[in-house]
Amino acid sequence: MKIGFYPGCSLKGSSREYNESVVAIAKALDIELVEIKDWNCCGATAAHSMNEELSLSLPARILALAEAQGLKEVVVPCAACYNRLMVTQHELKDNNKRERVTDIIKMPYSGDLKIINVLQMLETYAMDKIQEKVTKPFAHKVACYYGCLLIRPHKILQFDRVEDPQSMDAMVKLIGGTPINWAFKTECCGAGLSVSRTDLVAKLSGNILKDATERDAKAIIVACPMCQSNLDMRRGAINETLSNPSDIPVIFITQAIGLALGLSPKELGLERHFVNVKL
Amino acid sequence: MSKIGVFICHCGENISATVDCEKVAQEIRKVEGVEYAIDYKYMCSDPGQTLIKDAIKEHHLDGVVVGSCSPRMHEPTFRKACAEAGLNPFLCEMANLREHCSWVHEKGEATTEKAFDLVKMLVEKVKRNKPLDSIKVPITKKALVIGGGIAGIQASLDIANTGHQVILIEKDPSIGGHMSQLSETFPTLDCSQCILTPRMVEVAQHPNITLYTYAELESLEGFIGNFTAKIRLKAKSVDHKKCTGCGACFQKCPQKRIPSEFNAGLGTRTAIYVPFPQAVPNKPVIDREHCNYYKRGKCKICEATCPTGAIEWDKEDEILTEQVGAIVVTTGFNVKGTDFFPEYGYGQYKDVITGLQFERLASASGPTLGEIRRPSDGTIPKKIVFIACAGSRDEAKGIPYCSKICCMYTAKHAMLYQHKVHDGESTVFYMDIRAGGKNYEEFVRRAIEEDHVNYVRGRVARVYEKNGKLIVKGVDTLLSGEQVEIEADMVVLATAGVSNCGAEQLAQKMHISYDPYHFFAEAHPKLKPVETNTAGIFLAGACQAPKDIPETVGMASGAAVKVAGLFSNNELVREPLIAVVNRSAPPVFSTCVSCFMCQTACPYNAIEREEIKGRDGKVIKTVAKVNPGLCQGCGTCVAFCRSKSIDIQGYSNEQMFAEVMSLLNH
Amino acid sequence: MENKNKISGDIHSHTGVEVARCYQCGKCTAGCVLASEMNFPPSYLMRLLQTGTEENYDRILRSNTIWLCLNCENCLGRCPMEIDIPKIMDYLREQSLNKKKVNRDANPIVSFHKSFLDSIKYTGRLYEVGLIAAFKARTFRLTQDVKLAPKMYLNGKLNLMPEMIKDKKGIGQIFSKTIDNPKTKNK
Repeated sequence: MKIGFYPGCSLKGSSREYNESVVAIAKALDIELVEIKDWNCCGATAAHSMNEELSLSLPARILALAEAQGLKEVVVPCAACYNRLMVTQHELKDNNKRERVTDIIKMPYSGDLKIINVLQMLETYAMDKIQEKVTKPFAHKVACYYGCLLIRPHKILQFDRVEDPQSMDAMVKLIGGTPINWAFKTECCGAGLSVSRTDLVAKLSGNILKDATERDAKAIIVACPMCQSNLDMRRGAINETLSNPSDIPVIFITQAIGLALGLSPKELGLERHFVNVKL
Repeated sequence: MSKIGVFICHCGENISATVDCEKVAQEIRKVEGVEYAIDYKYMCSDPGQTLIKDAIKEHHLDGVVVGSCSPRMHEPTFRKACAEAGLNPFLCEMANLREHCSWVHEKGEATTEKAFDLVKMLVEKVKRNKPLDSIKVPITKKALVIGGGIAGIQASLDIANTGHQVILIEKDPSIGGHMSQLSETFPTLDCSQCILTPRMVEVAQHPNITLYTYAELESLEGFIGNFTAKIRLKAKSVDHKKCTGCGACFQKCPQKRIPSEFNAGLGTRTAIYVPFPQAVPNKPVIDREHCNYYKRGKCKICEATCPTGAIEWDKEDEILTEQVGAIVVTTGFNVKGTDFFPEYGYGQYKDVITGLQFERLASASGPTLGEIRRPSDGTIPKKIVFIACAGSRDEAKGIPYCSKICCMYTAKHAMLYQHKVHDGESTVFYMDIRAGGKNYEEFVRRAIEEDHVNYVRGRVARVYEKNGKLIVKGVDTLLSGEQVEIEADMVVLATAGVSNCGAEQLAQKMHISYDPYHFFAEAHPKLKPVETNTAGIFLAGACQAPKDIPETVGMASGAAVKVAGLFSNNELVREPLIAVVNRSAPPVFSTCVSCFMCQTACPYNAIEREEIKGRDGKVIKTVAKVNPGLCQGCGTCVAFCRSKSIDIQGYSNEQMFAEVMSLLNH
Repeated sequence: MENKNKISGDIHSHTGVEVARCYQCGKCTAGCVLASEMNFPPSYLMRLLQTGTEENYDRILRSNTIWLCLNCENCLGRCPMEIDIPKIMDYLREQSLNKKKVNRDANPIVSFHKSFLDSIKYTGRLYEVGLIAAFKARTFRLTQDVKLAPKMYLNGKLNLMPEMIKDKKGIGQIFSKTIDNPKTKNK
């Protein structure tokens, strides 16, 4: 089956391994990803923090491109891009805003595109296939970390449970893993302050890592490039704040599934991580 | 030629603020048939009514139209005034210039014109009014009280003590309701069961009260003074006439681990059980859903143990039909469970409990015999956090209202905890403290000043479990929003009070109104708190809205007096605004063509068939006849009748057309 | 009834939020991960807005609160009155920028956002090297993440050349009509 695909900037740059793993398991699960042609950056945190119209126009352009390409459904692996596209689609239901924005981007826009995140894609199209094709059960005790943007604002995203989400946990169970019950599933990792306030990221991501490690998780599973980057790339800064430094790896759900399906660590990009992935 | 008097009321400023009352009176004087017309500030007042009475006598009026408020407010007032002046009360009508006109429009010519139109319509109607006499119906002087909590118990006792018969039905195996689950009550810290059980026993022993437990209302028909109630007596599987309450059966029952409803899920009970030791009646019932015999055909140990052979395996539900004259609904309320709160764990943390569960822990007859212990490991908590407003005052969760009793019972819980665990530390996270009753404020101050309960103003964002403790993340808004984190052993949520399960279905069975939260609707929030909009059905207690025990008892007695008042007459006077099938002289007798569509259409089964016989006794024709005792004047039959042979007295087809034509010929 | 206060009126027309609905329960603050770092936490910010005074509004625009807010939406997720604090924060940030009242300690954060947007303005997609270079130029944090860069490059996470989209003009005109539009700066 075919589905539209919006990788976004992080999948092309600092979270290249996420892209690699998404593409790899899509192939293994017979899902053809059709990339949106000439897509632009969604604006992420910077746009909505600085100017409302910009923050709506950039995603609107992406959605308009997808529609023009004849796509009906688009999967967006990056949680931030997913959130921006969904929120934009919701905001543009207001006639005044839609008029203004379509005037700015100078492209036709209908708002009918179905936008899903990578967990929804797997839930809808691949659960049976995954179960069938598991060859190396992912027998590890892990903490599933959802972050903020996949789940909130719940009214708009309407995805999973708002305080103790279970979709990634269910997927981990499906591939033979043991997801733990822990307290920081949806607490923010520090998001876009990674560069400008690394100290705050160290503190917030530190809390997350601490709880997971104390509850005996051997890895943290994520579905957001920002979270992965903060928990992984910034491990040095984090460990300076913790009395018990942690060395548990942080991998994407798509990488975990890939491993269970028997794909090699290399093709899943596991060698690109900062914290050694020894699973 | 009619001589109608028109009286336009200013209603203080309610009508005159937007309607030019003087003008309406002036203009209506010009209408043919109007003999006299004035406007006045307060028609419903004594001087106002005197104006009407004097005008009737002086001008020999044969009809009166009062342009004022809704008939629901003052129709009886004005009709009584006319009757006192010698005019048949049904020749008096009201034009609603307030709810239908002045209150819903801005000041202006159009509003005054509309007021004039409304009055003119009623003038045209009254020209065609006929004098009518009230209908008298007998009253069944027996009351039905639905729900055996403190409200139902109080209402039953009060009605029974006036000498009337009461049937009290309760769906649980015992009466007592939530009050029997409480440990101590605020503000006196009386032992709840100690003050309740004497009343429960009184109910069981009262000669005028017939108590049916494990029973529910199946259906209700009829009207005030004449209800027919069908009551389902659920099969108890134990013959209470033979059972002596010795208790041998439930001591031997092998199914011991059923969560006890009485202990709010914290303890267990057996399949054959008495809910609590002071239950009334103190005889068991069998929970067929969990009984080994009913599920798998095995066991029967209770039968073997019973010394009197009281077990009845094949007993079926019975439907009892009772005629009653009035009904008091006292079905009580419920509280939200801990699973309602995503941020407090979705109900998965054993040591996060509701206020009701805390009551069971504190109660001497509870699962821990009155010791405050953690449900998870049985240890005594050294640090407790109480979270007030859990779910209440929360639009996002769909409960915008305040549940009224939680501030008080939270203070009580904290105090009880401090009294039982001297070295314990308790914290209450609150938003406001609502302690408006008598001695309530002083009670809360005791908790803070004498028992050193720590009150923090702020809500709790989330609670999670770590290493067997509960981490509570709250805030102190009085310290400019400083975050407060507490590692607690137990968290008690003062969960929102909500309507009881099945409230909607019950309301629909009885045809009473209810609000969006399924609390039953009172007839008027200020002045008619114990009546419903359905005549003959009264309300008391928390089924109307969350409230505390003193208010509940007050309402129950109030409802009882309403019932007693109703029963103090031998007959019920009903308005004669009912349907009548026309009769005329022979040989026509009636224009009714005997199709009986009206009988099929009538929702109240008020239409019968009447045989018209000649002098020789032979039946000439069978026509429809309306039973004046049952007819509610809804008019459905009039709409169906093909030959226009049936009409509503006081709202005839002719009158309705006259009103419409008056409007069109404006 | 019409709201006579300009500040709460503006908030309402731009974000749809009626600030009077906040009854200061503090649940937002209780769950805010960065509340302890802010000049004042979100519930306090709501109270300042409720007072409706220019003085307090100024305090807000000059605070670091609005810039530290991560828009993680935990506050809105738990608020019993469903007050859209994240949306208010976005609006206040824009106001703070347009009125040139940005808190000095928040300059690195604003510089980061500006550098990010500059990067995508010209290429349509984020060019990380360009982003960091612009950030360093603005903040003089010349040694920022210098240790991280080599490992990132070796792990294949750093593209030395930007990826450009074809319709650069389309992106450029989006910017010129919105954030770079001189008219919007004085709103």
